[in-house]
Amino acid sequence: MRTIETKEIVAAVSRLSQEANFFLPEDVLDSLRQACIAEISPIGRQTLNQIIENAILAKEEQIAICQDCGTAVIYLEVGQDVHITGGDLYAAVNEGVRQGYANGYLRKSMVGQPFSARINTQDNTPAIIHTDIVPGDRLKIIVMPKGGGSENMSRLFMLTPSDGRKGIFDAVIRAVDEAGSNPCPPVIVGVGIGGTAEKAMEIANKALLRSVGAPNPDAEVNALEKELLTRINALGIGPQGFGGKITALAVHIETFPAHIAGMPLAVNLQCHVARHKEIVL
Amino acid sequence: MKKWNITTPLDEKTIEKLKAGDQVLITGTIYSARDAAHKRMAEALDKGEVLPFDIRNQIIYYMGPAPARPGWAIGSSGLTTSGRMDSYAPRLMAEGLKGMIGKGNRNQSVKDAMKKYRAVYFAAIGGAGALIARSIKKGEVIAYEDLGAEAIRVLQVENFPATVINDVDGGDLYEQGREKYGASALS
Repeated sequence: MRTIETKEIVAAVSRLSQEANFFLPEDVLDSLRQACIAEISPIGRQTLNQIIENAILAKEEQIAICQDCGTAVIYLEVGQDVHITGGDLYAAVNEGVRQGYANGYLRKSMVGQPFSARINTQDNTPAIIHTDIVPGDRLKIIVMPKGGGSENMSRLFMLTPSDGRKGIFDAVIRAVDEAGSNPCPPVIVGVGIGGTAEKAMEIANKALLRSVGAPNPDAEVNALEKELLTRINALGIGPQGFGGKITALAVHIETFPAHIAGMPLAVNLQCHVARHKEIVL
Repeated sequence: MKKWNITTPLDEKTIEKLKAGDQVLITGTIYSARDAAHKRMAEALDKGEVLPFDIRNQIIYYMGPAPARPGWAIGSSGLTTSGRMDSYAPRLMAEGLKGMIGKGNRNQSVKDAMKKYRAVYFAAIGGAGALIARSIKKGEVIAYEDLGAEAIRVLQVENFPATVINDVDGGDLYEQGREKYGASALS
């Protein structure tokens, strides 16, 4: 049994919230640089260059890469031999978000009651917290600020077994096509296939945590990722929808076993500001 | 595709010459407003009240900034998705609004209103909020302060970079871009 104090968790979440919003991961920057070489549209290349310039400026000045500093989506992998002391774990995570968003000059984008009053909670809480219990005596925290514009383009398709491969292509391409310029392309396309409705959404989002373009280890799934990327980039939407061949930087698919009656498919589009930072305590 | 330096308020000559795909650098005063502020402006018009600023010949920037760090006029200031303002935009154009800056497709009623009222829709680069903040020299809340990031701000901008998406003649860069770079065009 190992003990972790909630105050360590508060400090970690606060720091990760800020770093995620200031420092675009290197793999995302590399992918954007490669996209800039591959893009054939002049306005597309210019756009990608400005996106890269923006990320560098945000890093140097430690200001938010994007004014939408996101819903704080937080993944906790709690080792089953960890004992958390000093208070409520989720309260500590939310306190970390509160401190990080205040100290980092980050925009607070959460409203309380969602359908009428919509009053801003003023501190970007509550965070959306996912918890997995895993073997070991460590606590892994991943902070993934998720922007509203791309999140709004998420889709769930309750496909059935007979829809097969074609159904998968039609659904994913439709989601990207209809989203157009809304989710700030170039995007990373997170796809979850299988499970139940909520499981498909969960794995589609988790797929976005992969290093950009890292293949699914299953060859058949990876083949699907590659073919989908080719077809998405043939839509012509391009960077910011101004026209071009780089609409997506990557397609990441995760799968899960499904019921004999179903093949749920979820799509979660991640804008080019693919932010996430993690720590292991 | 041309490049223009334009100033606000927009005049008729400027609006008529801008074509989908043109790039502009905007200098002058623009106003930021997004979801909640649009709802309030619509409610004000419903009640027969005046809008909180003189909207005639002006540009609205669909944006809610991050807080400013010391030494900066404003925090990260990129645009938001325009489609959520579609239900309000034609009404504001009827009041004299001549330009909108955001990202993403507009619906048909907004496109029709742009032709009817002679207004232009621009996009800037979504997600490039830090870069855009550099062209904003001053930002000040002028209405609905309780909305925080969603309050209406008056912004002094210098060489604010934007691209014309929809012009007054029905030109649409999003459609043109797909036509030019989509698979059918390139095969």
